[in-house]
Order: sequence, then C-alpha cells, then structure tokens
Amino acid sequence: MSDAATSDAAAKIPVTVLTGYLGAGKTTLLNRILSENHGKKYAVIVNEFGEIGIDNDLIIGADEEVFEMNNGCICCTVRGDLVRILDGLMKRKGKFDAIIVETTGLADPAPVAQTFFVDEDVQNNARLDAVVTVADAKWLSERLKDAPEAKNQIAFADVIVLNKTDLVTPAELAEVEGRIHAINPYAKLHRTERCQVALSDVLERGAFDLDRILELEPEFLAADDHDHAHDHDHEHCHDENCTHEHHHHGHDHHHHGHDHGHGMKHYHDEDMQSLSLRSDKPLDPEKFMPWLQQLVAAEGQKILRSKGILAFTGDDERYVFQGVHMMLEGDHQRAWKDGEPRESRLVFIGRELPEQTIREGFERCIAA
Amino acid sequence: MHRGVSGFETSGNPGSVVSVTDRVIAVEIGMPVSAVHFLGPAAVFVGDEEMLTFVTASGEAARLPVHGGAILSAASDGKRLVTGGDDGKVVEVKADGGVTTLATDAKRRWIDNVALHPDGAVAWSAGKSAFVRGPKGEEKSRDVVSTVGGLAFAPKGLRLAISHYNGVTLWFPNMTATPEVLDWAGSHLGVTFSPDNKFLVTSMHEPSLHGWRLADARHMRMSGYPARVKSLSWSADGKSLATSGADTVIVWPFASKDGPMGKEPGILAPMPARVSMVSCHPKQDVMAVGYSDGTVLMVRMSDGAEILVRRKAGSPIAALGWNANGSVLAFAAADGGAGLFTL
Repeated sequence: MSDAATSDAAAKIPVTVLTGYLGAGKTTLLNRILSENHGKKYAVIVNEFGEIGIDNDLIIGADEEVFEMNNGCICCTVRGDLVRILDGLMKRKGKFDAIIVETTGLADPAPVAQTFFVDEDVQNNARLDAVVTVADAKWLSERLKDAPEAKNQIAFADVIVLNKTDLVTPAELAEVEGRIHAINPYAKLHRTERCQVALSDVLERGAFDLDRILELEPEFLAADDHDHAHDHDHEHCHDENCTHEHHHHGHDHHHHGHDHGHGMKHYHDEDMQSLSLRSDKPLDPEKFMPWLQQLVAAEGQKILRSKGILAFTGDDERYVFQGVHMMLEGDHQRAWKDGEPRESRLVFIGRELPEQTIREGFERCIAA
Repeated sequence: MHRGVSGFETSGNPGSVVSVTDRVIAVEIGMPVSAVHFLGPAAVFVGDEEMLTFVTASGEAARLPVHGGAILSAASDGKRLVTGGDDGKVVEVKADGGVTTLATDAKRRWIDNVALHPDGAVAWSAGKSAFVRGPKGEEKSRDVVSTVGGLAFAPKGLRLAISHYNGVTLWFPNMTATPEVLDWAGSHLGVTFSPDNKFLVTSMHEPSLHGWRLADARHMRMSGYPARVKSLSWSADGKSLATSGADTVIVWPFASKDGPMGKEPGILAPMPARVSMVSCHPKQDVMAVGYSDGTVLMVRMSDGAEILVRRKAGSPIAALGWNANGSVLAFAAADGGAGLFTL
C-alpha cells in the first residue's frame, strides 16, 4: 500500500449528526449540504429509507435500533445499527470524505453520541464531529412545551440551525431564541431561511474534539467580560430558585450584538438547564476526578452533556474533559500559556440538575 | 495499531519458538482482506470491496469481481463460497470460478450475513429479515425483532439460529411452528452451534460471550475479555471453543454436559498483542492464531506449544483458514499482506 493510502486509512472519518423535530427542515439542510459545490463526498445514513428525496450516491437506510449496554449503566444506550453500518462503510473507505447521520424527528441524540464513546471499532475509524439540530422558529416554542424529544435535541446540540425565521415576527424570534438559550446557551445558533447556512458552520466543527474545546467557544471563556454590557431589556429572573448562571448572557450578547429593535427575553426552563461552574483557584485532581466520576455515576441520567477545562495544582497543562450522560473522556490538552489565567470552568447541560449539590461538591475540589 | 513495528520478540514466551516463516509462500493481495476460504485447492481471499482473489498452492493469484460494492459477509463449505454485498446481492462462487447470483434484495438492502448448510441450503440476512433458500431453490423468510447480528445452521436438521437484540431466534424454515427464542439482554452478533448440537454461543456487542444449553435454555456467561470477541472456532473434536478478544487465546471447555460452567477456560499463546483471529485445524489438535500486530502462530491446544508462521508486520491479521484436509493454512492481514503455509 502506498504511504498516502496508509495515512488515509489512519485518518478518522468525521461524522455529523443531524437532528431536529419533525418538519423543522433536516432534509432541506441535508440536501443543501449534498448539493453544494464543495468537492466532497458524503455517505448519508438516513431513517425511513426511500421515503424522502435525497440525491446522493451513498445512502444507507438505518433502523435506529437502540440497545442498552450490559455494563450496569442504565442510561448507556447505543445505536447498534450505527455500529454495523459504520463497520460496513469502512470497507468503502476512500469513496467518501465524511458521514452524515440523520435521525428521526423523535430521536434522542444521546445513543448516537454514546456509540462513539463506547464502541472501540467505531472509535478507531470514525469521530463524532458535532450534533447539529435544526429547529423550526415558528413551532419550536410550542414543541419545547409538549415534546421532550425537541428539548433533548436542543439541549444536546453543538450547533442549532434556527430555520424558517422568515415566518415569524421579531418578537416571536426573540421568544424562541430566549427559550433555546434557557436550555443550551453554549450551542452556536444560526438563523436561517430554508436552511441557508454556511456549510462551514455545520460541518467540520470538531465539537467533540478535546483539542478544540475552546477554539469553538470563545464565549465560554470570555463570558464574564460581557456581562456589564448586557443590561438592555432582559427579563432576568431574580428568583432564589433560579438555577441559571447569568454569565452566559455574554454569549447572548455576542449573538445579538448587531440586533436592532428587539432584545432577548430571558426564560427559565423548568425542566432543562445549563449550569456553569468556575474557579480561579487550582483544583486538587485527587479530589476532583473522583467527584466528577461519582457525579456522573449518580446523576448521569440527568446530565446530557458536560464539558470542562481544568487547572490542577502542580500541573502546567490544561486538562479538558467532555461527557455524554455517564460517559466521560478527558486528557491534557496543552500547556497553560504565559499570562493566561489558570482558571477552571465546567458546564453541565441537563434536566433538573441538583445545582446546590454540584456547586458544593465542586467547591470541595478546590485545592487547599 | 497501538504498538510500534520492530523485530520479532517472543516476549511472554521465553525460550525458543520453532519458526516456519521461511516455508511460507508470501502473497500480496493488494487490497484490504476480510476473510479467506478454500475452494478446492485454491485459497480464496475475500476483499473488503467487490473482489475475490484466488491463490493457488504455488502462489499464483487471479482476481474475480463478484459484487458491485463492498463484500459484507462470506461463508464456505469447501465446494462453494457464498458472499453478501452492500449491493443487496447474494452471490455463489464455485471452485471452477463459476459465479451465480442467488438473490437480490428487493430493497437493495445490505446483505449483512450469510450461512451455509451441508445439504445445499443457503441463509442470508438483510436488516431484520432472515432468508433461507433450500437446495431446490425454494425461498422462505422470517423477520425478527431487530437487525440480524449473525446466522448459523444447526449441525442437524434444517434449523437456523438468528441472533439479534436481546436473544436468538431458532427457526425451522420448513415448519410452521412459532420459532423458539432464547433470551438474554443485549446485542448478540456472531452465533455458533457446538458441533454436537448441545450448545449455542453468541458473541455480544460487549466483550463477552453468551451461551445456552439447548436442552433446557440454561444460560452460560463467558466474560472477562478486554475487547469484543470477533473470531470463534470449534476444535476438531468439537469439545473446545477457541476465541479471540484477549492477548491470549481463550479456550472454553464444552466436553461436559454443563459446558464451560464452573470451569476455567484454557489460556494459550500469550503475546504482547491482541488475538484477532483463531481457526482450529479441521482434524488435529492444533489451531492457527492471528494477532493484532500481524503475527501468526500455530498452537497445539493440548500443551500450548507454538510454531511461528508469520512475524509481526503492523497490520492485524484479518483472515485465517485451513483447506479441507488441513494440509494448507492461508492467512491475510487487513492490509492485504497474505501467505500460504503447507504443512
């Protein structure tokens, strides 16, 4: 085999997961991706094979068969069909550059993502690039009230394509964006009509790449700096029970910095929230690691996604981790730069997160 | 893989190992290989994509395209080789090179599994559907609860084991009775009957095997593997099941009426690499073992004595096979580096 072929074989194929509630525009986005003149070939894994018009050479029908792993972890569900299909597709390596998995409108993205965490063969050949959720600007607010699947898809997303913005008023748009941010302020949000979004905004995101955890989320680090600039007509909740951190408004501000005439409403989602923790004092790895493991073991069903950048005592390298439910992966990322604040930050997105317990547990991990 | 390539070491096995590497006829298949079977005197290497490569005992190779895409599954009884492809076709190849398309899936679904019965019947699966085509060409099908993980014919009668999520369906295609279902939670992939027809064993998505005693469906759990078990092979006497998935061959004893329950498995041929393939000799107490670093050993099952057939070479061994009388061993690594060894 030539060197080129060998190195191609070593490269992992990126996999983009496309979710979204029924009718939001997943197929429109998929067709846009496939028809654009990008010179790339995609293998597309779709449900409801043959029932939707997708023009592509490599389309594989999937059955979305989820099974529970026998590892004592009750939320550890995996898409067995995906394992099989990816294995089969690897025989055609070189015939395509990337894979797109379109899920059904009612699917939970977790089993797809978990497949990439637990299956050794899948890990060796492919890497999860990002979960992209297409949302319908007109109907999402309603669906978030009556469809838990829609909420899961928003909470899980790395990228949200808020589609059909031409069909709503500015006030309705503000409302739906407020609801999205209440659930997941960390996803990149793009407003579109007919899914007109730059492909670079949805593909090759590296959202599950530990090395790129921060490249993707400048807001994530710089958030607090923006808080002061962010005091126009938001309905902050000042309720004692509010589980939100307000720092993520920096993120909001980033998105809305160029908006005119309407502001973001601040919503509190009763069910699904994000929780962010930070410390500018170094953490004790001997305390933090067991705490994090125990936290996801105990509360993993509620925690959909987690991410963190950590500064440990006596460690000159940044440690990064990410997780899906009970599964975690982490590694040293790079040396802290000179002058870079050695600050630890964690984000959890989940359902009915026990905020007080998590905060207290985290505080105890700060090195004495 | 995860280990660097360097000279051969017998680490884990101090002492000298007999080598027959100089007697191996090396063959370059020139494409990734997923299986090897003998058709008459020729070793047939099954490529990842559409191609079969026939190699004679002297090492001469000839290629034969059989599918319009990837070959996903292959089975042989020595007289015919049947393959399933992602083109939705089930193709039969005879020793003389004659190619027949046995079936084309109506929806062009992938043919994930194939299995052969000694009387000429062929089974295959696409999605949740299992199909059996009898020796006279009559076809029957049965849908199971989820996508079929594996297929195996029982050694006696026309009975097909169909593995799937949460168990195995045992189907008599010629009978109208509701098939028996053996339950066990999880995803069952490969499936095999013991040659005495007393036990059924599946390899699971998790790194473990599950078994049932067919007389009473009693469960047998065989776990402790660091990796998924992808290769299973019954010994010539049918009393042991050799398995991949660890850095040694794990051999489960099936001689007693309880199978391996309450017994320790045999642990043979340890290496600083994972066992990727095992293939027991058809007549003798010997197995061929392929490793993730490209090493191939022949190992005597009674005492673990080893003979080196191929030194490590980077790419994992993906195919091992004996000819019918056990006089020739064929092997191939995933990158297409292959060889024939005549005993």
